Amino acid sequence: MSALPVEDVPTIELVGVSRRFVTPGGTSLTALRDFDMTVRRGEFVAVVGPTGCGKSTTLSLITGIAAPTTGQVRVMGKPVTGNDPRVGFVFQTDALFPWRNVLRNVAAGPLYRGMPKEKAYAAARDWIARVGLAGFEQHYPHQLSGGMRKRVALAQTFINNPEILLMDEPFSALDVQTRVVMQDELLSIWSSSNASVVFVTHDLEEAIALADRVYVLTAGPATVKAVYDVNLPRPRVTAEIRYEPAFVELSRRIWDDLRDEVRLGAARPAQLAAATRTA
Amino acid sequence: MTVDGIVSVSDRAAERAAAAGPRRRRRIVNALRIAILVVFLGGWELAARTHLIDPFFFAMPSMIAAQLWTWINEGTSQGPLWGEVLVTLEETVIGFVIGAVLGIVCGIVLGRDKLLADVFSIYIKVANSIPRIVLGSIFVIALGLGMQSKVALAVVMVFFVVFGNAFQGVREADRSLIANARILGASPWQVTTTVIVPAAMSWILASLHVSFGFALVGAVVGEFLGSRHGLGLLISTEQGLFNPSGVFAAMIVLAAVALTADYLLSWAENRLLTWRPPSFSDTGA
Repeated sequence: MSALPVEDVPTIELVGVSRRFVTPGGTSLTALRDFDMTVRRGEFVAVVGPTGCGKSTTLSLITGIAAPTTGQVRVMGKPVTGNDPRVGFVFQTDALFPWRNVLRNVAAGPLYRGMPKEKAYAAARDWIARVGLAGFEQHYPHQLSGGMRKRVALAQTFINNPEILLMDEPFSALDVQTRVVMQDELLSIWSSSNASVVFVTHDLEEAIALADRVYVLTAGPATVKAVYDVNLPRPRVTAEIRYEPAFVELSRRIWDDLRDEVRLGAARPAQLAAATRTA
Repeated sequence: MTVDGIVSVSDRAAERAAAAGPRRRRRIVNALRIAILVVFLGGWELAARTHLIDPFFFAMPSMIAAQLWTWINEGTSQGPLWGEVLVTLEETVIGFVIGAVLGIVCGIVLGRDKLLADVFSIYIKVANSIPRIVLGSIFVIALGLGMQSKVALAVVMVFFVVFGNAFQGVREADRSLIANARILGASPWQVTTTVIVPAAMSWILASLHVSFGFALVGAVVGEFLGSRHGLGLLISTEQGLFNPSGVFAAMIVLAAVALTADYLLSWAENRLLTWRPPSFSDTGA
């Protein structure tokens, strides 16, 4: 592997990873089993699978919050150490600081990393304008709509120039129209960065509209069922791309794979979802 | 254009009509409040004057007012009234500040450290179950009749309330906010100062409200148990003289102090928590 030139080293590599949890009740549960995934530099990868199958666990492994029980997780060719400054994370839930206004929320990352105040605020103002929230710098999160809060969350993450962007169903709480707008917003910001993205979602259309490759997981314990290349041209407009014949055809093929797993997943106890969330 | 005019006029009329409702309601509430006060005080006065109740034991509003008037103009048996108030207030505020700071610091440290919390939880529980007022006797014996014993009692009264709330507030801090701060690059210390403390702040401020009252109780009971000055001593003296109107008058002074402090704390709380969405009861005011 050391023979490879730097640009060919995969950004993220999961090799034969398994992850077991022990529930508070003392029984052990397997969330991931023999899981392999490779994300190349600047690639957008989506992970879809039935609810509670262990999708989010993959992200915890990449951030180093959780360690694999067996197998190896490598970031930029090196084992994960935890708290990598190159990693950005957009949460499913609202993770903005409610006591900080938009400006100080967006500036949080640079300030934590020791950037001088004026510089951090200037960068924050720049990013607030880029996500279309100029004029809302002094607003508090509770004064914004769900979509606007997600814009703030994107600015808060992208201001740190992450090389690796992990997203855990970031738009699942938004209404359908807002979600489509946010997907386009994400694609436009991402296209001007060189970040590698792992985007976890249960929405198959969202996965196809955004990603270069789609990983379909089995119902828990999750392993890779199939990987699909999405050869749709970029730049994409997510509201329109879903009517293209290639999109429809691909989404039918993937859904054929996914359907059985969703059925299996529905029969699986909700226990695992709870266990993975606390881990 | 006429359509616009009509719409805006009817809008304004609707707004006026909507504003009139709460205003009338506020007037009714205030009138009823005053009526209750008049009936209560008038009934008391009347019952005492007709000797339905014995004014020697239960006093009556006019006697209490006269007592207050005397204290304000001529001072109490221990000196001027404001001097006594100042002594009690000083003990209360010092005890409150020390107890609150200790409670907040201990609450945050134990809330952040699981091992410390597990080790100390048993002792905190035991200490908390002691009727703390009893400690006042120990403090008077150990620290004397001066200010220290009252401050110590106020500290003990305040500490456990604030500690409990700060601890709970830290424990309830949103996990995803902490995770977000960590990923954005915050050190553990930065997580504590920029996430944990603000998250626990509404819990802590709520406890400060309650605990100022406790500090006052601590100071007054401390004076009761043995002192040379203060409103507690004044009450104790009036009790010894079989003068109920003196006890009631001192009570009214204490209530005024407590209400003023509560108002100041509410003001400080609103200044500190501007980020919170306004509660529905506030929007009408």
